[in-house]
Amino acid sequence: MNPFVMFAFPFARHAFLAASFVAVAAGWIGFYVVLRGTAFAAHALPKIGFAGASGALLFGVNSLFGVSLYSAIAALGIGALAERDRRDVATALVLALGLGTGALFLSLGNLYAADAMSLLFGQVLGVSSSGVVETACVSAAAIALVVAFHRVLLFTTVAREAALVRGASNRTADWALLASLGLATSAMMPVVGALLSFSLLVGPALAARHLAHRPWQAIVQSIALSLVITWLSLFLSFALGWPVGFFVACLSALAYAAARAISRALGRKTQAGAA
Amino acid sequence: MNPAISFRDLTVSYGSRTVFAHLTGEIRAGQFVGVLGPNGAGKSTLLKAIAGLVRPVAGAVEIDGKPVRRRNKAIGYVPQSVQLDEDVPLTGRDLVGLGLDGHRLGFPLPTKERREAIDAALAQVNALHLADRRIGRLSGGERQRLLIAQAVVSKPRVLLLDEPLNNLDLASTHQVVELVKRLAHEGQMAVLLVAHDVNPLIGRADEILYLANGRMAKGALDDVLRPEVLSGLYGYPVEVLRAGGRIIVAAGAMDGHAHAVSSASPEASVMLP
Repeated sequence: MNPFVMFAFPFARHAFLAASFVAVAAGWIGFYVVLRGTAFAAHALPKIGFAGASGALLFGVNSLFGVSLYSAIAALGIGALAERDRRDVATALVLALGLGTGALFLSLGNLYAADAMSLLFGQVLGVSSSGVVETACVSAAAIALVVAFHRVLLFTTVAREAALVRGASNRTADWALLASLGLATSAMMPVVGALLSFSLLVGPALAARHLAHRPWQAIVQSIALSLVITWLSLFLSFALGWPVGFFVACLSALAYAAARAISRALGRKTQAGAA
Repeated sequence: MNPAISFRDLTVSYGSRTVFAHLTGEIRAGQFVGVLGPNGAGKSTLLKAIAGLVRPVAGAVEIDGKPVRRRNKAIGYVPQSVQLDEDVPLTGRDLVGLGLDGHRLGFPLPTKERREAIDAALAQVNALHLADRRIGRLSGGERQRLLIAQAVVSKPRVLLLDEPLNNLDLASTHQVVELVKRLAHEGQMAVLLVAHDVNPLIGRADEILYLANGRMAKGALDDVLRPEVLSGLYGYPVEVLRAGGRIIVAAGAMDGHAHAVSSASPEASVMLP
């Protein structure tokens, strides 16, 4: 089947646009997530966003608003707790709290399994044209944050005290990345869902760092991989009728494995060349 | 002329524990001072207080005659090196560039001035050949030289190095100390280098600042590393052993056997082998 047939349908065009914005944001932000080793927070925030979305369904407000609010509170909570305790412990605690309230919202709201399913696994083919605009704006805001703090995020990772002497604090960098993650989560939720947005945040960025030498190369490669994975997943999902998230998760893992293999092969070649 | 670094009556506490109290000293431009002392004596804390990263409970630090402050271009800081993944997509050039403008917002613009400043700093530490290598794949000595380039690229008046010799082999250790000495003397920087071991500094550091028991002694190496000076600091008898041009400071109860020194607990015994 020719996958380009899908562009005949407005819902498919909306899905394609929304997924593309999300892919760029995830690929870009994922670079910093991998660099700073905050993968657990990147894993937790979308799940907490899921609880926010189920709360929004319960109270009858815009689900994007619910996700944003919940992610923001969670990001603040993780940031505040991590100043005193270990970050992973803080993240786990906030994650458990978020999921707990999510379970409450789902049960109080008598939500059907289908509603929960679309939050958990995304419902990209149900994105409206206003949804596309929302997704674009939130993705752009998430990217703007990490772009603004690009150098601070790098500097505080490799030479924390040196950065602090110059006025770049690790705490600022942490907050910026968490806030950006929260925003990206809100944008990704309707497209790939709470459970699988993590794979798009981490998979392409992890794959890119095996091949790139410099930050901008890693970012460009991560975004490119993320876009290819997302587009392929949409086509496959459209053609086979399987969930988008399944393909996103599989292709992200595949990209990572391939990048490792390529990097290892290249490394062997340069070693042989040097010897 | 003002000394490059001066601190008066400097006292730092963490909670109820006083790390050191009432330290006063000066370091002139072009002077290379090694900071020594047992674990927990506050060597790194002193460095951080001078850099303005730790707020003293009493006393003051002045850099070039002005109170130390954040966002300080006059201070180059070489932090204890962190464990990096070998795949971190950051080259030597990227790391040094961060020392120049890593506190600013947005992406760096590839201007000619920026490139030249980075090249100059790399050349100063003999690391031009590391410019395009990934920092995670370098040896400890190579990475240490890049961290020093990162600190000096902004042409600071003061260079502070926190344990730069940790985990270096002997050849790299000597290379880094020689480099630091050259930067101090030729670049007219005031340099404080925190180290565990006095031996790489012998004949290279202009002065030693020895911290122990919350107090300090500062002066020429042979004036500071003497039993009566160090015993005064520690508050109990300390021996300074010299063997084959090397110095061992043995603090704590001594029974005359070398193994008794090296096997004692860190609190009771200090080894600077």
